[in-house]
Amino acid sequence: MGEARQGGRPLVFEVGAPGLRVGVLSERLDVPVVEPAEAFGPAARAEPPMLPHATEGQLARHYARLAAVNFGVDTGFYPLGSCTMKHNPRVSEDAARLPGFAAVHPYQPASTVQGALGLMHALQGVLAEVSGLPGVTLQPSAGAHGELTALLVFRAAHGQRGDATSRRCVLVPDTAHGTNPASVAMAGWEVRQVPTDGRGNIDLGELRSALGPHVAAVMLTNPNTLGLFEERILEVTASAHRAGAFVYCDGANLNAILGKARPGDMGFDALHVNLHKTFATPHGGGGPGSGPVCVSAELAPYLPAPVVAEVEGGGYGLVEPERTIGRVRSFLGNFGVAVRAYAYALALGSEGLEEVAEQAVLSANYLKERLKVAYDLPYDRTCMHEFVLSGRRQRRRAGIRALDIAKRLLDFGFHPPTVYFPLVVEEALMIEPTETEDPDTLDAFAEAMLRIAREAEEEPEVLRSAPHATPVRRLDEVRAARRPDLRWRRVRARGGG
Amino acid sequence: MRFIPVNGAQRERMLRAVGVSDAGELFDGLPAEVRLDRPLRLPPGLAEEELIAHLRELAARDLDASRVVSFLGAGCYDHYVPAIVRHVVSKPEFFTAYTPYQAEASQGTLQAVYEFQTMVAELAGMDVANASMYDGATAFAEAAYLAARATGRAKVAVSGAVHPEWVDTLRSYAGSGLLEVEIVRFDPRTGLSGADALRAAATGAAALMVASPNFFGCIEDLPAASAVAHDAGALLIAAFAPALSGVLEAPGELGADVAVAEGQPLGGPMSFGGPGLGLFACRERFLRRMPGRVVGRTVDAEGRPAFTLALQTREQHVRREKATSNICSDHSLNALAAAVHLAALGAEGLEQLGRACVGKAAYLRERLVATGRFERRFASPHGHEVALRYLGDADEMLEEMLDRGYLAGLHLRRFFPDEDGTVLLCATERRTRGEIDALAEEVASL
Repeated sequence: MGEARQGGRPLVFEVGAPGLRVGVLSERLDVPVVEPAEAFGPAARAEPPMLPHATEGQLARHYARLAAVNFGVDTGFYPLGSCTMKHNPRVSEDAARLPGFAAVHPYQPASTVQGALGLMHALQGVLAEVSGLPGVTLQPSAGAHGELTALLVFRAAHGQRGDATSRRCVLVPDTAHGTNPASVAMAGWEVRQVPTDGRGNIDLGELRSALGPHVAAVMLTNPNTLGLFEERILEVTASAHRAGAFVYCDGANLNAILGKARPGDMGFDALHVNLHKTFATPHGGGGPGSGPVCVSAELAPYLPAPVVAEVEGGGYGLVEPERTIGRVRSFLGNFGVAVRAYAYALALGSEGLEEVAEQAVLSANYLKERLKVAYDLPYDRTCMHEFVLSGRRQRRRAGIRALDIAKRLLDFGFHPPTVYFPLVVEEALMIEPTETEDPDTLDAFAEAMLRIAREAEEEPEVLRSAPHATPVRRLDEVRAARRPDLRWRRVRARGGG
Repeated sequence: MRFIPVNGAQRERMLRAVGVSDAGELFDGLPAEVRLDRPLRLPPGLAEEELIAHLRELAARDLDASRVVSFLGAGCYDHYVPAIVRHVVSKPEFFTAYTPYQAEASQGTLQAVYEFQTMVAELAGMDVANASMYDGATAFAEAAYLAARATGRAKVAVSGAVHPEWVDTLRSYAGSGLLEVEIVRFDPRTGLSGADALRAAATGAAALMVASPNFFGCIEDLPAASAVAHDAGALLIAAFAPALSGVLEAPGELGADVAVAEGQPLGGPMSFGGPGLGLFACRERFLRRMPGRVVGRTVDAEGRPAFTLALQTREQHVRREKATSNICSDHSLNALAAAVHLAALGAEGLEQLGRACVGKAAYLRERLVATGRFERRFASPHGHEVALRYLGDADEMLEEMLDRGYLAGLHLRRFFPDEDGTVLLCATERRTRGEIDALAEEVASL
């Protein structure tokens, strides 16, 4: 108990004192009292849960203290590659809080929620147009949930073709997001990795030799996790299709090609869209996200139920696709996120979305040009919205690792880029500036990265012991793993209380 | 609207540095065959004023909870959310943050999640809880995966009285071939999963999966289910209702091995059913099989207490194809809202909430039964929801009541063909005696 206080930020359980509370609900019950012990017998709660006891002022200050030691896009530059942290428009927040969206129940009759259903239908249309894939479900709750959904759709479609038992494996490039192989495992399939060629594309020869009647699907990200567009994508998808496999596009990087190219036109059969990335909905410290899935006309009948459709007699209703895999969560998906994404799409419109792609790509190439003098650039091509540097030079010369560089960036007020991913790049630093950063911010970040490269040569100890200016110093991760302390426990006197 | 903070001169400078004359040239490396040779077929962008006017107009087409008296529950609930919840989750340092991969810059999110885990473990009566799942249904399905891995068995026996959409989700996940789902028929008299039916299904099962209160609002006999499950070497996975955690015993205290819940009633708006919040808690011995991410307390280089993502060796970015789940996003902001809501209530407030819900639902039941138009469908204790049989055409009644300003419940025939005429009604603390009386009078006048 005292330990946390020494760190300066007491736990919420240590704020306040017994007997204090906010007083949220009326104590006057206007209906007869039902005593839990009488109504429920042994199912009545014997001992209350340990919860905080504090006034609103104490809680307000507690969470203000926590906010002060948290980094968000509003706090500063957040070039976390592949996570796409760009400005979250405030009008979208206001929209999601409109009572007509926030205070409606999913089981209300369709006639009473035509606004919400109409919004979902319109967003399905936006996603179909942007992806070039006509079938859309908004149900998946996150990108990885979309991956799993699409793989289950593939399984069902293979089942319909009589291929379900013979096709056992899914090919993923060695640059894949970790969620791809994990989703494959959850879908009950085996993963085979396909290497990347010298230009940063999936190795087409290796892919072709790995394909066969045992392959259910190929999963790709395009632009891929090196920030590069797969140059021979049409050959990739055609080869997979010839072998009877479906091709999945991990849409994490869709923002780079908005209005420029569409996964459906590249031959992909399915795609998930991370609304929080491409459509700038806030990610709240890890979620909620939303991972709608777009599929080809052939696969549309397998989508999770329900989807929103126009119904006879006008208006919108929920329909069940003919061969649906079922549902992948309760209700209709992360509707509140869909509202924000729809607002973003309308704010930008056709031209605005294309500008997003152009500026995001320009910003990434600009930073790449500024940084490649000081860090190794394993694939020196025009990049898309992100690029991957290698800290191998710093590691070899001074024993400085990507993690040290990341921690040192914190001292300059920048959130570090993604590190150690993709796995094919030694000491990887994956940088994604996005289109909503101004040139001065990009330059300041570049200056910090160049200074760190100099420090690696001249005073590496500063990097190894970084960060120095953050609320806490570098953490003991080994202890966190070996001696997991995952919840607080009050030291209770004998007999509880 | 545009959110790009770069003017013409700045863009020129950037283009020069990159060595192109136009940003469009940066896409020249894309194969010509896949280049979109036309603009996207979307309307032109809107100004903020136009945009919010359009969205207001759309939202106004919906009948929201301020314009109707709603007795709908069935997994999505209208509770009073303390004002401080909205103010905390609106802090941009929280809502514009990402997953706390760099702990030194994310102590706020990390500590809040650690506190959330503690509260969820307390509600569930479990040793540990994770940082959240997407919703109750996905938490439920992931619990089945945990049980299958822990026991080496594929079959899970799930009570037919669990939320049908949760069962559907479980079935879809079972499309992976890794799970085999057996539905245990509920007793049509009590609305409960009978011990005999559970016993028959438990043989060879990885888990028995029940909810208490179940979909019909009935309180299950968890100790009996636990005994049946454990005799068969299966785990007991129990779903619970967090709004009733102040009055109903925690599943962990009643023998459950894994407890899951829909956490939307804590700090979340109904929002047409999403985002929800999956609560997931379990016994310590399943810790390393637990899906999702988890925050732990450790120390920094100076020995000060600090928080970080823990046990990442189970996670997809380390174990990839052997990961415990594919979770990358969770529902962290909703978890924060839930934690603030619980902190504002405190243990006494949570009990008060439970008592208010249970009292109102009991009063609702009494008043409607007294009209002579309804009778109790199941003879079992219930929490904040109750299934009543309407003695007449339930669809017509619901339609007529809607015209009079009431969402008078969910016709269960939607999910259970045999339950023609059974209506599930919910009364949270927000329903007043006056509203319930008025509903009963309207029903009596039909």
